[in-house]
Amino acid sequence: MSRWVGNEKPARPGRGVGAATRLWQASPLTYLALVLAVVLSAFPIYWTFIVASRSNDAINDVPPPLLPGGHLVDNASRLLANDDALFLYGLANSLVVSLVVASSVVLFSTLAGFAFAKLRFRGRHALLLVIVATMMVPTQLGLIPLYMLMVELGWQGTLQAVIVPFLVTGFGVFMMRQYADAAVPDQLIEAARVDGCSTIRIYWNVVLPALRPAAAVLFLLQFMQTWNEFLWSFVVLDPDTPTVQMSLKALATAYYTDYSQVFAGTAIATVPLLLVFVVFGRQIIGGIMEGAVKQ
Amino acid sequence: MRQRLSRLDTTLSPYLYVAPFFLLFAVFGLFPLLYTAWVSLHDWNLLGGHTFVGLDNYGALFADPHFWNATGNTVGMFALSTVPQLLLALGIANALHKRMRARTAVRLGILLPNITSVAAVGIVFSLLFANNFGLANWVLGLAGVDPVNWTAEKWSSWSAIAVMVDWRWTGWNALIYLAAMQTIPADLYEAAAIEGASAWRQFWRITVPLLRPTILFTAVIATIGGMQLFAEPLLLASGRIEGGSLRQFQTLSMYIYERAFSRDFDYGYGSAMAWVLFLLILVASMVNFALVRRGSR
Repeated sequence: MSRWVGNEKPARPGRGVGAATRLWQASPLTYLALVLAVVLSAFPIYWTFIVASRSNDAINDVPPPLLPGGHLVDNASRLLANDDALFLYGLANSLVVSLVVASSVVLFSTLAGFAFAKLRFRGRHALLLVIVATMMVPTQLGLIPLYMLMVELGWQGTLQAVIVPFLVTGFGVFMMRQYADAAVPDQLIEAARVDGCSTIRIYWNVVLPALRPAAAVLFLLQFMQTWNEFLWSFVVLDPDTPTVQMSLKALATAYYTDYSQVFAGTAIATVPLLLVFVVFGRQIIGGIMEGAVKQ
Repeated sequence: MRQRLSRLDTTLSPYLYVAPFFLLFAVFGLFPLLYTAWVSLHDWNLLGGHTFVGLDNYGALFADPHFWNATGNTVGMFALSTVPQLLLALGIANALHKRMRARTAVRLGILLPNITSVAAVGIVFSLLFANNFGLANWVLGLAGVDPVNWTAEKWSSWSAIAVMVDWRWTGWNALIYLAAMQTIPADLYEAAAIEGASAWRQFWRITVPLLRPTILFTAVIATIGGMQLFAEPLLLASGRIEGGSLRQFQTLSMYIYERAFSRDFDYGYGSAMAWVLFLLILVASMVNFALVRRGSR
């Protein structure tokens, strides 16, 4: 499995020894290929906003419209008035669910990661192995009993059902463990102990500040993952309590001839993620790449 | 007293800190997974009545043409999406692993699709692949190709779905490969260059072999995701769980949903299928592992 390599940045040209110091210069052909890759990556998102801002007639145009139009407000108001999609409610629900899940994952993962990296206790090696193993198990396949459990608890159709089962992840614990291992010096913890700090104070005053950069990345990754979750919400939620993805699904299945309304919803549901990406994109890329090195 | 408390703190705290994961995983992860096997041995439905029927569900499953259809579709779409996806990602990573301008912008650009939701991807690409006015057919038309009815056939619907999956995941895989490439020592390439190996040869003889563990990692991730494909085909079918009029692109996850949550609420049958899917993922992951292992010898 992947090994977190701490706060080591990807090698840059001119920085010490390493592969990056003697890289080939990118050729024009390489640039061309990469520009093509970026254009293909960005186009469907750009096109979402085009359709969202056009009237439905524009879909039939040949050649297809490639520039935004002036109907965004019109389309969005049709969307907000739609009682089948409950779009605003779905948006608010998703915000609550994603914030709660991401915060909880960060809290529990930093606590457990700290314990695994810096505290001595019986069975810690075995327990860590268990956590790594859980990362490879597709637990979504326990869908049916999980649903039965939700019915039993009376949570079917409520937001608890999409929150509580996901309050902590093996990935989060493992990522925080690897980072804590590298980023928190043992001496610092020893010194705090000598000063009479309790373990929880060490966590709060020493470990958590040191883990902040990685914890922020974990928060963002988890927020996006929860925001985008589909299958479980589809199974356990009812149309009257949707997440934003369920609002989109309701739109796409019942109003698929009203493209501009569906695409207005898709565009608006993507905006929060685009904002997160624009502001924190570098950190997210850093997190993905550092987390991936050395399986 | 104070010392006693402090000793209690150091012995108990670690367990307290790791407990939330294990408790939550036991209740919401492990228990449902194992209970799936138990439910699959029963005639068990929505109303709660259940009788033990042994392996009957599995027997019915293996005689069910819809199950085999869904299995074939799932494996087919998985192969059709994963092979180009990982090869393309390797190529992009290799292109990024150079001295260049705007490297961060390019990385952000190729990761952009990964932040969109599967629902959004399903919606947007369903319109791109629409019959009469889809952009895909318009582009094909420019090249003189007749319009394709994308949802009508297996090959065409699988291709459309593979494009959705690859659009969303190629950039992510490329960044993973790039990260691994940056750990390869430069002197390996220097030695190869001195012996006159071309860039192409260096890529296949040095980069790819050293990336094997990473390739395995991405292949396993792609397997777990690909075997559970759900939202994209569902939305391509405008929300119909059968995945096309002739079930051309119904995946196993969709068929599980159809049987357990929509048609006859047959939990036992759905659980048997989920368990088979689990084994399928396990086998596919082991095949990946064996392939990568064999290649490295």
